[in-house]
Order: sequence, then C-alpha cells, then structure tokens
Amino acid sequence: MRVVVNGEERALAPGTTVDAVVRELAGEAVRGVAVALDREVVPRELWAQTVLAEGQELEVLHAVAGG
Amino acid sequence: MSVRAELATRAPDEPFPLGGRVWRSRLIMGTGGFRSLAEMEAALAASGAEIVTVALRRVDPAARDGSPLEVVDRLGLFLLPNTAGCYTAREAVRTARLAREAFGTSWIKLEVIGDDRTLYPEPVELVQAAETLVGEGFVVLPYTNDDPILARRLQAAGCAAVMPLGSPIGSGAGINNAYNLRVIVEEAEVPVILDAGIGTASDAALAMELGCDAVLVASAVSRAEDPVAMAEAMRKAVEAGYAARRAGRIPRRLHARESTPGAGRPQLA
Repeated sequence: MRVVVNGEERALAPGTTVDAVVRELAGEAVRGVAVALDREVVPRELWAQTVLAEGQELEVLHAVAGG
Repeated sequence: MSVRAELATRAPDEPFPLGGRVWRSRLIMGTGGFRSLAEMEAALAASGAEIVTVALRRVDPAARDGSPLEVVDRLGLFLLPNTAGCYTAREAVRTARLAREAFGTSWIKLEVIGDDRTLYPEPVELVQAAETLVGEGFVVLPYTNDDPILARRLQAAGCAAVMPLGSPIGSGAGINNAYNLRVIVEEAEVPVILDAGIGTASDAALAMELGCDAVLVASAVSRAEDPVAMAEAMRKAVEAGYAARRAGRIPRRLHARESTPGAGRPQLA
C-alpha cells in the first residue's frame, strides 16, 4: 500500500494506522505533534483507530523555530 | 510629599490586555533565526517577553536537535503558534486547526503572504482566513500591511489585535510609514502590535511612541551579533517608548524655543 508521508511515497503494510506512523517519525513524545490526512486534521484521539488507505497523503507536523 | 514618595505611589504601568488576558510585557518574541536553541533560550529570558511565536513544519526524524517547545516550557512562556509560509486562506485555516490540535491553544498568529520577495500580506486571503478562524473560536492575531482600511476590516472581522508591519519581514528597515501607523493606532479599538521590520532598539521605541500597544521582534534579536544583549536592549526600548508615550512628548517645532528666561539678562555686550 502506497501512502505519501510528509511528501515522500512510502510502502506501508495494509492496516497501518496513523498512530503507528506518527510514533515511528516523532517517537513517543507526541506533545506538540499534529496530523493532517488528505489536508484535514486527524484529532489525536482518533490516531489509533484511523487506518491508512492506498494513495492517501499524511502530514505529520511539529513546532519549529520560526515566524 | 517628596518627589521620591510620589514616584513610589504612582500607578504602575498599565497592564497589556490581549485576547482576554492581561500581560506585563509589551514585547512579543519570534523564535526564527537563532543560531542555536541555547542562544534562543538566553535571549528569550533576557527579553522579558511572555508570549513567543513558533511555526509548524514536518517532523524530520533525522533532526534531533531539540524542540523550541522545551525552551518555551522551561521559561514558562505562552505559546503563540503562527501560520508562517501560508499563501492562501485555505492553507492558513488548516494550519491554524493543526496548531490548535498540536498545542491545545486557540490562539493563532495569522500570516497569509502574497509572495516570497516582499513577504507582504495577501489582503483578500488574510481577511477571509480571519473571518473563518474567528467563526471557529480562534483568538486571531493577524500580521497585516500598514494599511488603515485593511486593519479596520480585520478588526471588524473580530480579530483580537491587528499586527501591522513597519517594513518587510526581516528587513530591519524600521517603520517606513509612520503616518499610516498613527492612523491605524488612532482608529483601532483592539491592540495594535507592530509585527515586522524592527532593526534595532530605536525602531521598537518609536513604535511604542507612535502609540502601538506592543512590538513583536524576531530577526532583529536572533540575527544580531549578540542576540542576548539585543534582547535586553529591545526590552528596555519597549519600556522606554511606552513610558515616553504616556509621559506626553513636546510638540515638534520648526524653530528654537529658549528654555532660559530672557528677563534678568545682564548687559554685558
């Protein structure tokens, strides 16, 4: 299953959740992390139950210095 | 009463109301451009600022050099996320929603820019985004042009402040249009925060003397040769400019006005 994660196409196992990808990228310290799936916010409480699908675009964001 | 006793009983500086809260510092700090997180932390501490702004970007697992959030937490500062880098209302609204999710705050410094050369605000998209976000319950602090009409529109949209630029972001060119800024200040019923273009302490003091309620500084501190010393200079400048505004300056005159009485002048010619 191909999913675009932060602009890069990745091959993920079917059934992979948003939560799994977030923890792989950001580690366990997920305070200050936000996720958009196909441009819309996925609230934290839905990460574990949101299963990714072929062709979706996931953005995993956090705070950086700037602005 | 002696002068000393009178000074001691004088009312303290007015606190700074913004977004339903009251702040002590009228200096808001950006976080971009510092050479390291340690330097950022020292400069933020020296600035005396209570509010700091951060941006949202993709998580990069390769970069493990610490988070500005840790600095914000250690110093006990109030986090103001921003929508830096957004070009459309849609992007900015989505970024604001993500920031609310990430940081648990409905405060947002709204930036919608028109191009990457001037970094000037895109006024039509800016107003649209402001209206949408106010409708969703955000405390919206919009970076805006130094345009009194646009400032009026943003205020009418329900923004908690207006944040006009003095000159382009990062230019350090100071306040290009003091007249416009004065008109914005004169009309505004929400706080006016000078948001961009400050180069050095005198620019910040001037903004406050012109009647701004607060000043936001980023590059002028973070890219200074000594950011910590400049942060302290900005703190003093904002305080001095505010105090001078409250003290009431003398009017500008074309010609001199002697301060020594003419009467009693001896004939020595």
